[in-house]
Amino acid sequence: MDLLEIKGISKIYGSVKALQNIDLTVKQGEWLAIMGPSGSGKTTMMNIIGCMDKPTEGSVILDGTDISKENAKNLTAVRREKIGLIFQQFHLINYLTAVENVMVAQYYHSMPDEAEALRALERVGLLARAKHLPSQLSGGEQQRVCIARALINYPMLVLADEPTGNLDEANENIVLDIFKQLHKDGVTIVVVTHDPEVADEAERTVVLEHGRIARIVYNDAGDDTGKRADKDAGDDTGKRADADAALSDDRSIV
Amino acid sequence: MFFRLVKGALFRQKGKMLMVAFTIALGASLATAMLNVMLDVGDKVNRELKTYGANINVIPKEASLLGELYDVDDDSGLTEHYLNESELGSLKTIFWAFNIVDFTPYLNARINVNSRSGGETGVNLVGAWFDKHMDLPTGESLDTGMRNMKNWWDVEGSWISDDDADSAMVGGILAERMGLGVGDTISVSIAGRLQDLNVRGIFNSGSDEDERVYVPLALAQSLIGKQGSVSSIEVSALTTPDNELSRRAAQNPNSLSVKEWETWYCTAYVSAICYQIDEVLTGSVAKPIRQVAESEGAILEKTQLLMLLITVLSLIGSALGISNLVTAGVMERSREIGLLKALGADNAPVSFLVLAEILITGVIGGVAGYFAGLGFAQIIGHSVFGSAIAIKPMVIPIVAILVFIVTVAGSLPSIRLMLSLRPAEVLHGR
Repeated sequence: MDLLEIKGISKIYGSVKALQNIDLTVKQGEWLAIMGPSGSGKTTMMNIIGCMDKPTEGSVILDGTDISKENAKNLTAVRREKIGLIFQQFHLINYLTAVENVMVAQYYHSMPDEAEALRALERVGLLARAKHLPSQLSGGEQQRVCIARALINYPMLVLADEPTGNLDEANENIVLDIFKQLHKDGVTIVVVTHDPEVADEAERTVVLEHGRIARIVYNDAGDDTGKRADKDAGDDTGKRADADAALSDDRSIV
Repeated sequence: MFFRLVKGALFRQKGKMLMVAFTIALGASLATAMLNVMLDVGDKVNRELKTYGANINVIPKEASLLGELYDVDDDSGLTEHYLNESELGSLKTIFWAFNIVDFTPYLNARINVNSRSGGETGVNLVGAWFDKHMDLPTGESLDTGMRNMKNWWDVEGSWISDDDADSAMVGGILAERMGLGVGDTISVSIAGRLQDLNVRGIFNSGSDEDERVYVPLALAQSLIGKQGSVSSIEVSALTTPDNELSRRAAQNPNSLSVKEWETWYCTAYVSAICYQIDEVLTGSVAKPIRQVAESEGAILEKTQLLMLLITVLSLIGSALGISNLVTAGVMERSREIGLLKALGADNAPVSFLVLAEILITGVIGGVAGYFAGLGFAQIIGHSVFGSAIAIKPMVIPIVAILVFIVTVAGSLPSIRLMLSLRPAEVLHGR
């Protein structure tokens, strides 16, 4: 079943065509990566899927609702009810503790529940750091708080913008493990990334260039755990030179 | 959660919020000081002006008619109509009794004074109260007379008292013309009766009073044989500046509707006080001394207008200051606000959050400003009027409303800016 259906969307800023005639569907429970060089339209696409922007043309149907036609108030409601956002810069409120940062999302969704927020932090391995301020947390820990915040309201779709962009390798692996677990739990994930290693963990990678879909890569058809064959084979460095190099034999290109 | 967010924002931006609180406090303090002074300045200015003389003159009705018909001066001694001295205590029984600050009766007579050269000079003799102690029918007591009402007189020697039976005060011009000095004796004659008077004081008033001889009222009554009579009464009263209603009433009180009449009667307009004086003094006509009454009104209105302008300008200044500070704060917090919106916060709760922070700051600033304003009011009171300013409780709700309006008005630009923030722009720079 398709959770997200994008039909011919374009986004034009003045004379700049950030996205051009994009068609894409994301199934319920799918893990999709969006890759591409800077300026390829990744963040624009994420903003549109995340109800933070509207396409100039085309439609975006999320869970049966055409969000491209909704007004700002309804888009806010969709964002609140259906989407969990994870940011590269974490965007934690620096005067609130980790658990309070998670509770902020609850507050604007329904009712703050500290016990539930603590369980969300426990899920990302941060229960012991729940009462710490963001300034007292490492980058990886802050990103895990950001993930806990994104998950606290049980969103249909988790949108992550460069979730490992500011993390070292160890923290990147921790975050990816959390994503794998989410995927295993049936959460639909769309990750925008520069990092082929992160993209390889997804079931499918959409590569954008100049605002168009250049290609779609199916990373591990049939492996519903989302694990890549070469990674399973012992490639634990997790780093590759570029996106093209990621297109190994165990994946198909469309 | 809401209060955690508000508390966090307040403490995180405490420097900026202190500036906002200080700005609000400044506006509130000026508003408090000016409003307290403005509400009290009527009495204060009135009392100041009262030291420069009476604003109501009461004369016998018949004398008033003669004056109007034949232009006969009330104090010339030529009119043979008098008021009853025994009724003077009634002045302190009228509706606006507490607004009657001072009064003094006069009895005028034309007398001859023997000069040193042996010739006689005709002068006006005035009998008056100087420092009269009265026990009123209401049980209160009152000290009134010329010493209070003519306190700007420059007196050489001393004031005479109401009990003096052979003392007089002589006007400076007359004393110079007759070569009189303090301690001299003058011989006055009226209707063939002679009386020696000791010159206890020579005064300069700067008016035609300087050509008169003043004696205690009882002595004047005795000299001219008019015991218990007075020619006129000067009254110094605290009044409210005239308006259209009072001007209409002054022309004809019967032209007013019942409601208008009650409003006029129960307001301390000079015409209402005159009307009430007429009611208690038999055969009298009380007339406002227009120059004084109108000057008082004009000065009062201008003073109040000035204070109102200062209040309004200070509040506008505060609103602009708040606006700048809060807008700068919102710009600094644009990412945080964008994040809240990205997490699903509507415009209303985000606006309410920022408004709550500012209003809490406003309450703190407003309370501090109110008490500072009370201090400023006392400084103004002591430095300008030489007395304390009465604290008016009604200023509290007025200042509270003004602080609320100024704070909200000052916050509007920042709230507009906040509403226009789009999460995608502030979080991703798009």
